[in-house]
Amino acid sequence: MTLSLLFQHIVNALSLGSLYALIAIGYTMVYGILRLINFAHGDIFMLGAYVAFYGITLVSLPWWAALLVSIVFTAFFGVGLERVAYKPLRDSPRISIMISAIGASFLLESLGVLIFGGRPKGVPVPDVLSRVIHFGSVSMVTISLIIPLFTFALLGVLLWIVNKTKTGMAMRAVSTDIEAARLMAVDVNKIVSFTFGIGSLLAAFGGIMWSFKYPQLNPLMGVMPGLKCFIAAVIGGIGSIGGAVLGGFLLGIIEIMMVAFLPTLSGYRDAFAFILLIVVLLVKPTGLLGKRQAEKV
Amino acid sequence: MLEIKSLSVHYGGIHALQGIDLSVPEGKIVTLIGANGAGKSTTLRSIVGLVKPTGGKVLLRDAVISGKATQEIVQMGVVLVPEGRRIFPNLTVEENLLLGAYARNDKEGVLKDINHVYALFPRLKERRTQKGGTLSGGEQQMLAVGRGLMSRPKLLMMDEPSLGLAPLIVKMIFEIIKQINAEGTTVLLVEQNAKAALEVADYGYVLETGRITLRGKGQDLLQDDRVRKAYLGEVQ
Ligand SMILES: Nc1ncnc2c1ncn2[C@@H]1O[C@H](COP(=O)(O)OP(=O)(O)OP(=O)(O)O)[C@@H](O)[C@H]1O
Ligand SMILES: [Mg+2]
Repeated sequence: MTLSLLFQHIVNALSLGSLYALIAIGYTMVYGILRLINFAHGDIFMLGAYVAFYGITLVSLPWWAALLVSIVFTAFFGVGLERVAYKPLRDSPRISIMISAIGASFLLESLGVLIFGGRPKGVPVPDVLSRVIHFGSVSMVTISLIIPLFTFALLGVLLWIVNKTKTGMAMRAVSTDIEAARLMAVDVNKIVSFTFGIGSLLAAFGGIMWSFKYPQLNPLMGVMPGLKCFIAAVIGGIGSIGGAVLGGFLLGIIEIMMVAFLPTLSGYRDAFAFILLIVVLLVKPTGLLGKRQAEKV
Repeated sequence: MLEIKSLSVHYGGIHALQGIDLSVPEGKIVTLIGANGAGKSTTLRSIVGLVKPTGGKVLLRDAVISGKATQEIVQMGVVLVPEGRRIFPNLTVEENLLLGAYARNDKEGVLKDINHVYALFPRLKERRTQKGGTLSGGEQQMLAVGRGLMSRPKLLMMDEPSLGLAPLIVKMIFEIIKQINAEGTTVLLVEQNAKAALEVADYGYVLETGRITLRGKGQDLLQDDRVRKAYLGEVQ
């Protein structure tokens, strides 16, 4: 393998890892606050990609405007989903809300087929994103560079919000003790909505970037990435944002490198995430950066 | 200031509060004592809206507050320092205090109050950047009280602040309660340490399995035979 090829693999691995990290964060934040696995998160990712697609093709918005419209729309959609499907069940047994999440996921996928059509759609990738650039002997597509750059910027903003703002402080408080947070006059519903909004926004951004990198849409496109990113969040230690990022990058990097160096095994690409999950959980049941925490009842 | 009228609470089939009446006059310290499971925490939790009463009402300065959301009740100045302290272990001491002031927007006032809390509890100032979870039990109780003060309470309710603390710290906590009250805050104190509580309280109530069985001035209850026998551990 030449050095330039290796470099290309690294860039690809970073960009896939970035996308995984963006989605995994949504799982981990929602879990951190509500101890809920939002099974519909992968479908939110799909929705974001479709909305941007229609923004570009139907309304002829410039791609960046379609991206902005889509992430805002999807963020509100995520907030609405929580209000309708999860909030009424917040004091019910855990299992009810889990089932509601699974139901929401199937509903969104079916609605996707109904509204967007089941046939895959080709995404018109904007020129700036599909340009090939050369650094010496290394050549790569701009989108593969742009994804990690934007991801790092978004992560920076997210960490700032969570660690330095009042709302972030309330989020951290709600995630350890909802009742005590209420006693501090924290409006828990607002914090939960905000969390769903952020998670959905990141998933939408991930979905759109995904559709520019792998330019094809179908209503089930969120299922596999959703599942893998949930795994990434668990590997990193669910509830921990740093863990979700670590898990996402780990999964993306290992996946690309496996395909690159062990091409005969590339058929097992998707199974690999599960193997990694099992190994990590056997060694460290709380995930790489997870802390043991009391199960909420 | 606070009036509780025939308040009833059910947990499923358990009738935890069976129509209690209680009043907390402005500027006073009132204590509610009783054995384990009597319903003391339930009383405080329903005042602040964490538990929905099944009957009766709670009035704050003649306005009904029962049925309101906790965050509204807290913003009206009714603050609970909960049983078991419930500080946020993953937040620093200072963040815990700031969270007490979550609903407030007066930055200078908040800063002033933080310094006031640090003056009351110098130990917290030394530990300000430390995570709440690393504090000792006594320090956690100081933090819980300090955090409560940061909400600028008009009525400060404390649920067993002395539980599990060394005698010296207990003494300090009761001193602080007196001081907070002297600064103008009304206090409703739930305690199993009946002696210490009745000594600082203007009025006391005795709760037994969901009913108020005795009420009176703190000093009078201290002398009461039934209280002495049941709660002060004195044998006749
Ligand atoms: N969430 C709940 N679900 C069911 N029963 C409850 C619940 N909370 C309290 N109880 C019951 O209500 C009764 C009163 O409980 P409460 O916690 O108010 O007592 P307490 O006087 O504060 O006791 P302690 O001194 O042990 O703190 C008890 O019998 C308790 O078992
Ligand atoms: Mg109690």
